Amino acid sequence: MIRRDCGKKRGAARFPVRKSTLCLLLLGISVLLIGLMFAHARVQRQAAGPALALIAATVRDLGLTDLALFMEARYTRHLSQADLHSAFQDHPTALEHFPTGAIAGPPGRLRRQNGQLD
Amino acid sequence: MASWIEKQRSIMDFTVSSLLRRKGKNIALLLVYALVVFLLGSALFFTQAMKREAALILQDAPEMVVQRLQGGRYDPIPVAYAEKISNIRGVISAGPRLWGYYFDSHVGANYTIMVPPANPPSRGRIIIGNGIARSRSVARRHIMSLRGYDGLIRNYTVAGTIPSASELVSADLVLIAEADYRELFQFPAALATDIAVAVRNQRELPTIAHKVVAMLPDTRPIIREEMVRTYNAVFDWRGGMVMVLLIAALAAFVIFAWDKASGLSAEEKREIGILKAIGWETSDIITIKTYEGLFVSFFSFSGGLLAAYLHVFFGSAFLFAPALKGWSTLYPDFRITPFVDPYQVAILFCLTVVPYTVATIVPSWRAAIVDPDAVMRS
Repeated sequence: MIRRDCGKKRGAARFPVRKSTLCLLLLGISVLLIGLMFAHARVQRQAAGPALALIAATVRDLGLTDLALFMEARYTRHLSQADLHSAFQDHPTALEHFPTGAIAGPPGRLRRQNGQLD
Repeated sequence: MASWIEKQRSIMDFTVSSLLRRKGKNIALLLVYALVVFLLGSALFFTQAMKREAALILQDAPEMVVQRLQGGRYDPIPVAYAEKISNIRGVISAGPRLWGYYFDSHVGANYTIMVPPANPPSRGRIIIGNGIARSRSVARRHIMSLRGYDGLIRNYTVAGTIPSASELVSADLVLIAEADYRELFQFPAALATDIAVAVRNQRELPTIAHKVVAMLPDTRPIIREEMVRTYNAVFDWRGGMVMVLLIAALAAFVIFAWDKASGLSAEEKREIGILKAIGWETSDIITIKTYEGLFVSFFSFSGGLLAAYLHVFFGSAFLFAPALKGWSTLYPDFRITPFVDPYQVAILFCLTVVPYTVATIVPSWRAAIVDPDAVMRS
């Protein structure tokens, strides 16, 4: 009993609030922030609707097929339109040398065809 | 119930005090752990958002594109093929598309030169993507010179730029009149780059694709679903960059959890021994260690996750940009729309918080069931 009182006094002098309360409060704030993250994502998604519609309209009007993400090589610029040999354009056994090749592999459709050819 | 809550609160008080006693070590642990979650979370958010965005954007792409293959490579397709394809039952229209690549040696960038299917610019005029306008510092009414395949340099007046909002698909585009395109690339009038096909019923697409190949064996049809699937594969967790990140982060995490699971420090063992000696039960010690593991892993998880969210959706994934850019000098300036899948966040939580917490409990349990005297002397 005596020990508990002493502990309380000492704790009270250094931390006016119990450490567990502070910890639970921090946990609550973390959960709240994660919740806010989901809410923000939802709001942003709704707000981005017109911008996405504009991009989709550009794609429709111009008849585009790919995203302009990897622009260093023609077969990565239009990934969905690439052919089996475009990565080996220099000579038949040339190794893929564009850094994007490490990120964006060939379309699955091509890999399936390659399996048949091998 | 109230006494149980009070007991748990007291154990939590003790846990926090214990964590604060080893402040330096625990802060370092928290930072490394948060960094692992940040890397995994960034890769997860980025790929998920790009995959969803690509699916939304490409939903209006041509339903089918027909290429002509020669020697395994695609080759210009005769415009007459469009007529043959449009005669297939179920096809609404088949229009030749004209597009190609132009390497600009001034900025070392590749442009996509294209003739828009509707409202092309008049002769001598071009409409450019925002990426080109930025890299060449050109604006409306400026003159841009392009070197033709006949060696002649031609000047084109910039009639406008494509809205920056659509930079993700148009950063490197140059829209040009058909006559200018054919003149620039010395492209024969009877040929096109490929043929865009529109069909009446989406479900008939595979059947129509088979009919196209049967009728024109030197062609390769690519349906819209395959275009979307391409980007699904690129941004799949098993694909390139994501896999590299995933392996690196998971390896770091395994080392980290292994270090934790392989044993306690002498100080921690002594603490457990003292607690046992003064009458704490094994279950109380396991509870302390569970709370310790939960606090460290949850704070690291939430910190890492929120930092990943800020990095990808507020900072446009700037850490990934060099990897995505590769050697290209043009890059779209775009803000990623936050598509966050709660299911994936839950998986990330289970992959990081649960193993770490378990890895914390096991060695503590092993130390707690040993005689306190032996633990303190070890």
